[in-house]
Amino acid sequence: MIPRLVRAAEPQPLLRAENVTLEYGGRASTVRATEDVSFDVYEGDRFVLLGASGCGKSSLLRAAGGFLAPASGRFTLDGATIGKPGPDRLMVFQEFDQLPPWKTVLQNVMFPLLKARGLPRKEATERARHWIARIGLERFEDAFPHQLSGGMKQRVAIARALAMQSRVLLMDEPFAALDALTRRRMQEELVSLWQEECFTLLFVTHSIEEALLVGSRILLLSPHPGRVRAELNSHQYGFAGIGSTEFRAAERRIAELLFDLPPEAQDSTGRAGRIAL
Amino acid sequence: MSRPVTPPVRAEFVLPPSSPSAARAPAGASLPARRVLELPAVRKVALLAVLAALWEAVARWQGNDLLLPGFLQTATAFAQGIASGELLQRVAASLAVLAQGYAVGVAAALLLTAIAVLTRPGRELLETCTAMFNPLPAIALLPLAMLWLGLGNASLVFVIVHAVLWPLALSTYSGFRAVPETLRMAGRNYGLTGLGFVASILLPAALPAILSGLKIAWAFAWRTLIAAELVFGAASGKGGLGWYIFQNRNELYTDKVFAGLAAVILIGFAVDHAIFATLEKATVRRWNMQH
Repeated sequence: MIPRLVRAAEPQPLLRAENVTLEYGGRASTVRATEDVSFDVYEGDRFVLLGASGCGKSSLLRAAGGFLAPASGRFTLDGATIGKPGPDRLMVFQEFDQLPPWKTVLQNVMFPLLKARGLPRKEATERARHWIARIGLERFEDAFPHQLSGGMKQRVAIARALAMQSRVLLMDEPFAALDALTRRRMQEELVSLWQEECFTLLFVTHSIEEALLVGSRILLLSPHPGRVRAELNSHQYGFAGIGSTEFRAAERRIAELLFDLPPEAQDSTGRAGRIAL
Repeated sequence: MSRPVTPPVRAEFVLPPSSPSAARAPAGASLPARRVLELPAVRKVALLAVLAALWEAVARWQGNDLLLPGFLQTATAFAQGIASGELLQRVAASLAVLAQGYAVGVAAALLLTAIAVLTRPGRELLETCTAMFNPLPAIALLPLAMLWLGLGNASLVFVIVHAVLWPLALSTYSGFRAVPETLRMAGRNYGLTGLGFVASILLPAALPAILSGLKIAWAFAWRTLIAAELVFGAASGKGGLGWYIFQNRNELYTDKVFAGLAAVILIGFAVDHAIFATLEKATVRRWNMQH
């Protein structure tokens, strides 16, 4: 633990996980997804939950979204306990079917603005148009989701979430179903959107590289059940330095922590950090 | 070991970026006559013409128009029925009753399934009721309906509601349950709950299943109504299409019986192809939601 100096001006965490234990299943058998996980997300963070399958990272995100009640512990947003899903914590999913297929791109982005925010139609249209332009899909406003590529669908989902300007964006491996080239572009676009808009992001991924690129702080989770292994800073890594020695070293360090390899595992090719989780 | 094969080293080349031009080749115009023969509608009409000719041939060979009037005779009776307005009147009477029963049945089915997806007792009620009543032919309830509601439209509406409610509730419910989890979560993420959630997320997402349920329900309702009208229909004064068939059989106007049957088939065909096909084109096919 890092000793924290209590000062009046110190920023308060926006989203907090306090000793969260998550369980699935009924009376007969319960599966423990996470155990006693705590972390603090501050305003403007790009906070990444990173771990192999079975570490409960998606479950944690769902619990933060209010879709899953913790067996013990709690999530708080601005100090208030999170109980149910709400538009102040919009989610972006990995699956493309998160967009209602019967709505055009414009209607999809407007949908939460009308339903959850209760904006008048004209204002919602303007705001939706603005965000669609920000993600570069203004020519596709009237297209239906089935006419878009996977990357475009994810862009729409991100625009839909950003347009709501919710307190925190929850992203569950949003680029995992995309091809590698599109994924890299979407990662860059997400970070540059963040630089301009400075929203708060809680991002789940199983890719070490993606965590370093997208995140500013990374929570490493070990699996079965998910426990906190480490919390690292990653704001210093950018797209320009992907091949650099520091970047490789950071990748290797995370892999060592996740797989409990001995430090500086003797891998002459330096490929440890590239192990796909 | 075979001789190692080395591909030649070739020069690299880079082309200037191309503008996104028309990638599609212009559709070649083929022979018009060929294309017309390939149209499904044309092929269907041709098939019908062959069947009508066969029918006419069999009728002439058999030579007893009390038992089997030919295609032309039936067509004449049909045209006369339309011209005199009698057939149209009967069709209108049947469709009016059908519309009432169908509307009530659809509303009840949607309400029941909405309750079923929102509450546990509702779900148990729906599952039990559809399991019990779906296999029961609606027409079997007609004697009971006549006992309770008398010889009138109310009895007909009762059996039609029964014919519509269960199959539609069943397919709507399975449509609701097939809505992807992600889409449900997205809806709940906007704070949608209860009937708002059903109306904004479940109903449109389950539309393919609901439309096919509506189609099945319409066919059930139509045949149940015609069957019920065969039992009674005079009480309402004019009577519907089923009654028209029954009456003309009693008077041995067999060509009119055939004309009545033709009307039943034509209306069924028209509703399926005009109303439901249009609905599908405007919704689920436009959204690419058909599976």
